[in-house]
Amino acid sequence: MSDAIFMRFRQPSVLPGFGLTLGFTLAYLSGIVLIPLAALILKSAGLGWADIWRIATDARTLAALRLSFGASFIAASINAVFGLLLAWVLVRYSFPGRRLVDAMIDLPFALPTAVAGIALTALYAPNGWIGQLLAPLGLKVAYTPIGIVIALTFISLPFIVRTVEPVLRDLDREIEEAAATLGASRGQTLLRVLLPSLMPAILTGYALALARSIGEYGSVIFIAGNIPYVSEIAPLLIVIRLEEFNYAGATAIAALMLAISFTMLLVINLIQTWNRRRFGHGS
Amino acid sequence: MRRFRMALLAAFGAATIATSASGETTLLNVSYDPTRELYRQFNEAFAEHWQEKTGKTVTIRMSHGGSGSQARSVIDGLEADVVTLALEADINAIAEATGKIPADWRGRLANNSAPYTSTIVFLVRQGNPKNVQDWDDLARDDVQVITPNPNTSGGARWNFLAAWAWAQKQFAGDEEKIRAYVGSLYRNVPVLDTGARGSTTTFVQRGIGDVLLSWENEAFLALEELGPEQFEIVVPSVSILAEPPVALVEGNAERKGTTAVAQAYLEFLYTRPGQTLAARHYYRPFKPELADPADLERFPDLELVTIDDFGGWVEAQPHFFGDGGVFDQIYKPASRS
Repeated sequence: MSDAIFMRFRQPSVLPGFGLTLGFTLAYLSGIVLIPLAALILKSAGLGWADIWRIATDARTLAALRLSFGASFIAASINAVFGLLLAWVLVRYSFPGRRLVDAMIDLPFALPTAVAGIALTALYAPNGWIGQLLAPLGLKVAYTPIGIVIALTFISLPFIVRTVEPVLRDLDREIEEAAATLGASRGQTLLRVLLPSLMPAILTGYALALARSIGEYGSVIFIAGNIPYVSEIAPLLIVIRLEEFNYAGATAIAALMLAISFTMLLVINLIQTWNRRRFGHGS
Repeated sequence: MRRFRMALLAAFGAATIATSASGETTLLNVSYDPTRELYRQFNEAFAEHWQEKTGKTVTIRMSHGGSGSQARSVIDGLEADVVTLALEADINAIAEATGKIPADWRGRLANNSAPYTSTIVFLVRQGNPKNVQDWDDLARDDVQVITPNPNTSGGARWNFLAAWAWAQKQFAGDEEKIRAYVGSLYRNVPVLDTGARGSTTTFVQRGIGDVLLSWENEAFLALEELGPEQFEIVVPSVSILAEPPVALVEGNAERKGTTAVAQAYLEFLYTRPGQTLAARHYYRPFKPELADPADLERFPDLELVTIDDFGGWVEAQPHFFGDGGVFDQIYKPASRS
């Protein structure tokens, strides 16, 4: 009986070891992801629904969530455009120093985020190199939400570039040539031929960049100004609740962020599946 | 995240210490940010003193960070023998959450377990260009004030209460006017850093703001390190007596068998060498007669209220800084108009 159920899940495959790999996957996922998440939900379950609702609809929580998700969306969108451009340049053109530029893309990964935050703040503060050029124009970057977007754009840049790059490299140039011989204009080639093939990679990178930005704390607190209702991000609000020894309140906000993030990632995944079906790539 | 990493590092450190070196005793002192310089010298003095007295060597490890997050590390299992924090409320939190510190810890050592005290003063730019003299100037439209977030920083709570104390006196206890004043002060704050050192960086390195609300010892330290040609200290008419307390974490010390040496360590703070070092590092010693008179001359006289005027931390903490407390209400959009 149990064998029959087991068989139902079993996909026909030429490779042996399905049971072992499934077991390993589940155990690994539980250990690394599910157990910490369960602990989080358990901790916030100590609050009643009424308390969770009160925290979730608190004006300050809402402002912080709006800022965190809004800034992350903007940053991920900026990177989706310019990350794609960077990947294109790196793959399609050869120029002196290309390897150097290629290596530089990963630097935001390697740099401790606090260092990134301090460096960006030093640059964009009113007495910094860039900040003092912007100040006469009445443009304030550090200690405003714009600063947050800049920090998030910096730390999430590698995701798009690194996910799009290999796909772009595998893409045959002949496809573009074929499109051209069939009479497609450059714009048409880009929109109807290239972008659909790249879309899954861009979306994956976009989702990763978004997820990374939403959770970012280290670099943002230095450049944000951290004024409640204006430039206070949700992760900072969690830390504030922790400093008040209010563990339940902190976990409630964390669980809330998690729920929103999960929904967003799910939606992005669904778009990807739909996209794949529509253009007939993959299975 | 940074603090968490630091705490983790400290925890690893403590774990390795506990397992190694059975011949020599090791103490872990979990402290807050601006005591680095003080305890570096004090630890040397105590180790020497202990060697002379008992013939045994003792090594003292330090862990520094924001007072609240340090308290949380101890709650979460950091094996501190003694805690020397910025706020009584933080030690109370450890006592309540773990029971490793007795509830009456405040009465175990002299002066409410505060061997040294400090106060809150203003640090302004050289020449005092905005002519900031007292607390009322901080609510002026043309003045920008730098202070950390009282939700996350122990020192910032002293700043908040010092401003409140002045307003209470000024407006004869009219709660509405006091709130309005403190509200306009905090609306002059362009950057709300999470810790006291962060605020000092914002003010000193980034050049933001006209006034930094600062611990007296931090203000002196800034002058010493950056030179008096850049900044000057302005002493307000009223401020608050900040009492950073110390306590023995009995639960940890008993298990590690370090109770005697840890207790001696704390008591050494009250002796001549301890008080002298405190004064040298710009803390006001509890027993000034034991400190160097030359050091004492640097402390200006001013009227100081104490936390007991606010009903003690047990009352002040939730009332002013709890979730939805007075400080949170300042930033409510309704009150911003």
